[in-house]
Amino acid sequence: MSWIKDMISPKTRQWEEFYRNRWQHDKVVRSTHGVNCTGGCSWNIHVKDGIVVWEMQALDYPLLENSLPPYEPRGCQRGISFSWYLYSPVRVKYPMIRGALLDLFNDEKTKTGDALLAWQNLQNDPEKRKRYQKARGKGGFRRIKWDEALEIIGAANIYTAKKYGPDRVFGFSPIPAMSMMSFAAGSRFLQLFGGVHLSFYDWYCDLPNSFPEIWGEQTDVAESADWYNAKFIAVMGANLGMTRTPDVHFFSEARHNGTKTVVFSPDFSMVSKFADQWVPVHAGQDGAFWMAVTHVILKEAHVNKQVPYFIEYTKKYTDAPYLVEIAVEDDHYVPARLLRANILEKYSGIENGDWKFLNLDEDTGDFICPSGSSGHRWQEKKGDWNLKYTDSETGSGYNPVLSLIDRKDEILQVEFTEFAQDRKSKRGVPVKHVQTKTGKIACTTIYDLIMGQYGIDRNLGGDYPSSYDDASTAYTPAWQEIYTGISSATVLQFAREWYTTAEVTKGKCMVIIGAGVNHWYHSNLIYRAATMSLMLTGCIGVNGGGMNHYVGQEKLAPFDSWGSIMSGKDWNIPARFQQSPIWHYIHSDQWRYDGNQADYNTVPKNDFSSHHSADMIVKAVRNGWMPFFPQYDKNNFTIATEAREAGAKDDKGIQDYVIDQLKSGALKYSVTNPDEELNFPRVWFIWRGNALLSSAKGHEYFMKHYLGTHHNEIADEVAKEFVKEIEWKEKAPEGKMDLVVDLNFRMDTSALYSDIVLPAASWYEKADLNTTDMHSFIHPLSPAIPPVWESKSDWEIFREIARVTSEVAKKHLPGPILDIVNSPINHDTKGEISQPSIKDWFTGECDPVPGKSMHNIVTVERDYTLIYEKFISLGPNVRKGLGAHGISFPCEDFYDRLLQDKDHVTHIGNETFPSIKEDTEAINAVLLLSSVTNGILSGRAFTDAEKNAGVDLSKIKPLNNDISINFNDLQAQPRRLLNSPLWSGLMTNGRAYSAFTLNIEHLIPWRTLTGRQHFYLDHEGYIQFGEHLPTYKPSPRPELYGDLRKTIAEGKARLLNVLTPHGKWHIHSTYGDTLRMLTLSRGMEPCWLSEKDAEELEIKDNDWVEVFNDNGNYCTRACVSSRIPPGICIIYHAPERTYSVPKSSRNGNKRAGSHNSLTRVHLKPNLMVGGYGQFTFGMNYWGPVGVNRDTFALIKKLDNVTF
Amino acid sequence: MDIRSQIAMVFHLDKCIGCHTCSIACKNIWTDRKGAEYMWWNNVETKPGTGYPRKWEDQDIFKGGWEKKGDSVKLKGAGKFQGLKVLFHNTNLPVIDNYYEPWTYRYNNLLDAPEGDDQPTAEPVSLITGEKMTPKSGPNWDDDLGGSPLYARNDVNFKNLSQVEKDSLFQLERMAMFYLPRICNHCINPACVAACPSGAIYKRGEDGIVLINQKKCRAWRLCVTACPYKKVYFNWNTGKSEKCILCYPRIETGQVPACMHSCVGRIRYLGVMLYDADKIEKTASCEDKDLIKNQLDLYLDPNDPVVIENAKKAGIADSTMDAARKSPVWKYVKEWGVALPLHPEFRTLPSLFYVLPLLPAMASMENGIYNTTSNSLWDDVENARLPMKYLANLFSAGDTVVIKNILKKLMAVRLHRRSATTGDISRELADSELKSSDMSTETADAIYRLTSLAHHRERFVIPPAHREEAIELIEQTATRKENTGFGFIEKPERGL
Repeated sequence: MSWIKDMISPKTRQWEEFYRNRWQHDKVVRSTHGVNCTGGCSWNIHVKDGIVVWEMQALDYPLLENSLPPYEPRGCQRGISFSWYLYSPVRVKYPMIRGALLDLFNDEKTKTGDALLAWQNLQNDPEKRKRYQKARGKGGFRRIKWDEALEIIGAANIYTAKKYGPDRVFGFSPIPAMSMMSFAAGSRFLQLFGGVHLSFYDWYCDLPNSFPEIWGEQTDVAESADWYNAKFIAVMGANLGMTRTPDVHFFSEARHNGTKTVVFSPDFSMVSKFADQWVPVHAGQDGAFWMAVTHVILKEAHVNKQVPYFIEYTKKYTDAPYLVEIAVEDDHYVPARLLRANILEKYSGIENGDWKFLNLDEDTGDFICPSGSSGHRWQEKKGDWNLKYTDSETGSGYNPVLSLIDRKDEILQVEFTEFAQDRKSKRGVPVKHVQTKTGKIACTTIYDLIMGQYGIDRNLGGDYPSSYDDASTAYTPAWQEIYTGISSATVLQFAREWYTTAEVTKGKCMVIIGAGVNHWYHSNLIYRAATMSLMLTGCIGVNGGGMNHYVGQEKLAPFDSWGSIMSGKDWNIPARFQQSPIWHYIHSDQWRYDGNQADYNTVPKNDFSSHHSADMIVKAVRNGWMPFFPQYDKNNFTIATEAREAGAKDDKGIQDYVIDQLKSGALKYSVTNPDEELNFPRVWFIWRGNALLSSAKGHEYFMKHYLGTHHNEIADEVAKEFVKEIEWKEKAPEGKMDLVVDLNFRMDTSALYSDIVLPAASWYEKADLNTTDMHSFIHPLSPAIPPVWESKSDWEIFREIARVTSEVAKKHLPGPILDIVNSPINHDTKGEISQPSIKDWFTGECDPVPGKSMHNIVTVERDYTLIYEKFISLGPNVRKGLGAHGISFPCEDFYDRLLQDKDHVTHIGNETFPSIKEDTEAINAVLLLSSVTNGILSGRAFTDAEKNAGVDLSKIKPLNNDISINFNDLQAQPRRLLNSPLWSGLMTNGRAYSAFTLNIEHLIPWRTLTGRQHFYLDHEGYIQFGEHLPTYKPSPRPELYGDLRKTIAEGKARLLNVLTPHGKWHIHSTYGDTLRMLTLSRGMEPCWLSEKDAEELEIKDNDWVEVFNDNGNYCTRACVSSRIPPGICIIYHAPERTYSVPKSSRNGNKRAGSHNSLTRVHLKPNLMVGGYGQFTFGMNYWGPVGVNRDTFALIKKLDNVTF
Repeated sequence: MDIRSQIAMVFHLDKCIGCHTCSIACKNIWTDRKGAEYMWWNNVETKPGTGYPRKWEDQDIFKGGWEKKGDSVKLKGAGKFQGLKVLFHNTNLPVIDNYYEPWTYRYNNLLDAPEGDDQPTAEPVSLITGEKMTPKSGPNWDDDLGGSPLYARNDVNFKNLSQVEKDSLFQLERMAMFYLPRICNHCINPACVAACPSGAIYKRGEDGIVLINQKKCRAWRLCVTACPYKKVYFNWNTGKSEKCILCYPRIETGQVPACMHSCVGRIRYLGVMLYDADKIEKTASCEDKDLIKNQLDLYLDPNDPVVIENAKKAGIADSTMDAARKSPVWKYVKEWGVALPLHPEFRTLPSLFYVLPLLPAMASMENGIYNTTSNSLWDDVENARLPMKYLANLFSAGDTVVIKNILKKLMAVRLHRRSATTGDISRELADSELKSSDMSTETADAIYRLTSLAHHRERFVIPPAHREEAIELIEQTATRKENTGFGFIEKPERGL
């Protein structure tokens, strides 16, 4: 063969080296992006001439099953732009401090010669304090030396702990999975210090409350490869092309393998183009559609035809056959609590009888206590916590009765409420009478209640819809038209295709859902509505099925080992974790601006549902449902000392002392008086997140009450007349925070408003770990180059902060000191079975028992001079074993293996510990000690699961035990996680991870009351809030929500629902400021408007507009588009205030705000209940969420634009 | 028979996400420098829309490409001789307003601003003048139907739709969009090569990549006018025109172009095609209705003994032949016939083909209630939201039959796979759909596999470049081994 003759001579073609030279590079290193995008993509970072020049996706993912498309390539337009940041003009190269603060501090330092005394003087002078607080966010940064910055931080830490208590020092860093060691660095420091880590998943409104409600699970979903296994996919509130960019190919590829796709979205979104049918359901009304779908499924596939697969599944894996008492309320029958096993004579003496329930046996007609309930989980005898059809007390098998329709004693007309039209209907429910110890009661199955709730006429009499076309009665296809704007014919076709597909595929119908739904006030109900359709057709726990919620990179795969390092549990138990939504609601004083939730929430009228949210928080804190920090209006050190002085000898003595003090009123919960100076949060560390803007619902209230700087809020305070449990101060404090420290590689809004900005190494400059629920690999972040300029990794920065804090303590807080830690009753502990009913010890309804009727009170000894030594050493508690989600396993041998490596140990006194001083040491400790990366530990975890459940799991234990993945392995190639009972999906032989396949196939219960998936939520609070049965509630109306009390529409202005979904050109605020993304978008984050609204407002494309309400304002340019329906506008989450933001025409011509300038926190109180099965607190697991979708604002043209 | 080999591409539009990762992969490596800011060798357009540069498809404005003249073709606006007349005043040349004025921000303000009475912000400034500016357009201004009254509604490809038809496309029940990623087509009949007065543009013999010699270019910019796809850009800093180089430094080392490597929608395919250069003129000058068929006829079957024989004579390497036989482009374009060139009526014979997008079924509105039901699981392709006429104006010089046949084929594959995987569509129905599209189940499975399951090495089959042989034409390859990389890098300068 010979070379084809060139069109021109090869000599002339020598110029081609021009482009070849550009491509040549020196080194390629694997890393990823530690950003909350859920992507978890492996990237090759190209280094040339000692600098990072560009990044390209890695392609070397191990393959899953042959029948699945591969994962390569992963990475999106945002990720591939990251290298811009490294050398960009927004890069933070050196420690920076606000000049006003530095000058004041230095003056005091000169006077006192001591950093702590200087800080003290500064804080005690209101004028000086106000001086630097007012300067926040207004320029004037100065470069300082690392030592200077650390000195101030160390002084502030110890000053605060000493004067107020360590629980006034807070940290916020979101979503650990994206760069888990960087997260752990700060949280470890805080927990060793006694500080508080703020939750994020709930605050971001990414926590789907329906998951704990139904499954007792934070979130567990399919990896994206499993989408390909689905044969029918419904997408809602998730714009896959936009937000699941590296995964959406599985969706489009499934289409070509014969999968039907339906997309619900009010706007024609990016993913809508992949839809076979696009359903522009009215914003936030998806729940109504799904209620009608379930109505059709029940009628056609459960009643008219009883599809065997559906019936069998419903019986076996849901709470449908469980018996519920039918009670009398006023003059009618209502569904009440689940029947407890111990109401029957034959079960009266059993252990945990309040937490075991009843079924009826099809064959014998006997009442049965099925195994697998929370009572079985926490009883002494192990092995009864499983989903076998056995009576746990007799061990005999049985066949549960799903419906009493064929064995009823009587039909009772039970009242069901439809909230949208406030219509009550009485419908026949078949009941059985049960002879209990205290008398005869009527009961029915949950399945029968569901039939009643959905209005399925089974000839039992009562008020039913006359047909699918009956629009006046819930939940018919015609009824949903009113709310969704979608035809009933569409519902019918959808429902029929859905259940037909589920029947022939045995459950391969899938919902993919996201923030577009989860951010609504009633999101838990919308999720439950859709999940009903999945459960009733056997689509949960099946590959290709599932409720797949992807919002926030919440899956931290090696939680077992990492959790210990992150929380400092290797040294101290317990940690201080704060539920952020209630914390911000209280501390940023947004509660003062909130009316009573009962006015905008749709609730039945009763005492419990009529509380103001702030009062409900107080109740929740006292009862141990929710945490709150600071704990008390007195330093915990002082309380402990006083308790000792009063004769307390041990933990119990201190507990008793605290309870007495609380009862007498001598000691008060901080939450009851948040505007009192003693109860302020004081020091705030922010890292890996944009706490002051992107996630700051009520951003302007943060500016005002936390920072004490300028703000755009104009709302009036209205809570005074509603609150009873919380002290009202006539003037709300402004500027509660003494010091805000931000670790950052870029000058984002949070950095801009912080007092000290520390230069953090970026994702191409440090070692870390990254996991996600979108796939089943674990990735490294690696330093392609060392940290640039003076930046340091988060691990190193917090290690340094620990060091200086210990240094200051040697002089100002030496020696051991007792701290008292309050912690709520926790999920996956026996506390789950502590409060069978709501009783308030504080009002004398029951005795105060820490950990049962109230929060835990634990005494912890701290030594502030040793924080640094402990930080860098893996503590001895690890020897006792690790675990999570109720699974635990021994790992002492592996801890000892770490100790054998003499190059990697530390010494405290005479004792030796594994060193985790360096980030790579900590990473390797996580990998060696986790059941998802160490085969032997995985095996041990399965052994524990087998013991708890009494089932044989040998088939799914790792085949080859001797696998242990370390950091170098991950740098060489992405590694797939091991099967572990820590998680509910099975991954044997390349099988795609799908949540709950472990439960379905191996009869492991869900971590719920009954151990089954819950249709019915019988917590007293849920019944009183009207959410015990799946239902539809309308979105709060803007006039009741209270965001527009003062804002008046002048001239051409229009009220629109402001939606803030995740955008195309940023991940939250990250990347949004890069020149690349700004060039490919519109140079800023515009406000998308419909053609119709724009025309009426005389706004043309690209005109400047102002969007505003009582909470603040946002100025941007209009993007007029036919794909936006009238009545809504979209401002994609989350524009920074740092670029291209002009001055507002309102509020004194100050810089306009951002998307969160339009929001204010509104909480759903029933999500605060605790101590009851799955309704038990877990950090980022349970609690109200920071909803924001129901926001309305006025929009008008902005004529004069100034910067 | 004059056989040549051409690297060719397929972009599967049904899979395109519109994420623009491709654009940035390219930009990071090639056009992230002064004078090249506005160059998007790879860009992604929302359709309907007016693209980048704005309205590039409208040759009444830009006079790009070829037009038929008797049995031959002539450049529409920028022939060498016609071009010389307009060298100093080329009215057809797009100007900055058709592109955009590149900008940045005064980011330094965030760190450097002295203490003031309000929050500092980074204002936009021009990258050309350094002055404050308000961006009014950009390379992707109408992304996702942004500014639809100005852009999408003025899409040139609506030309033969009535106003009522056009308006209906912006109502909920018909609205739709899809994405059109574009790079240089590395045409077989490139107008840019023909238009260059300096002879600086050439097509590489071994792979058909079209390049602009950065030493020879004399800034005449006739290539900019001539390219009907507006994929040649003038670098205002170096004074040279530049365009997509198909990442030849990567291709030559067996790596795919950066845009294709980074395509997370996994929509891109690349492979080699053999064609008969003797037929170029005839093909380019045929009637509009024959354009698609004739272009497809240009490509030669690498399994045909006559072709193999002639390829040997033409000096085409065995390794290239082997790659041609595995080429995914051959499969999509020739074997299955489901991919079409963009605007074949420009007559440049592009080497980039598009598999058409399937779009949501049309809905209807009655009394404000939206109804999207269908008679079958997926409805008929004719009920897709964007009219066949529109797609035909983009991909088949107006021939709606070709469009419909392709969409039916794609749908038949889905029906077949549904039947095979769930059984709720009967075998009979699936078979009859396959038959009416003239496909066997094996073909349908093959289409499905390459569309859904293909790995990197199946999507991209790159013929070995045999650089050692190319180098040997200049110097001993061993000498290059010893010397390459030493020396000083010269930047191109104006007027060289």
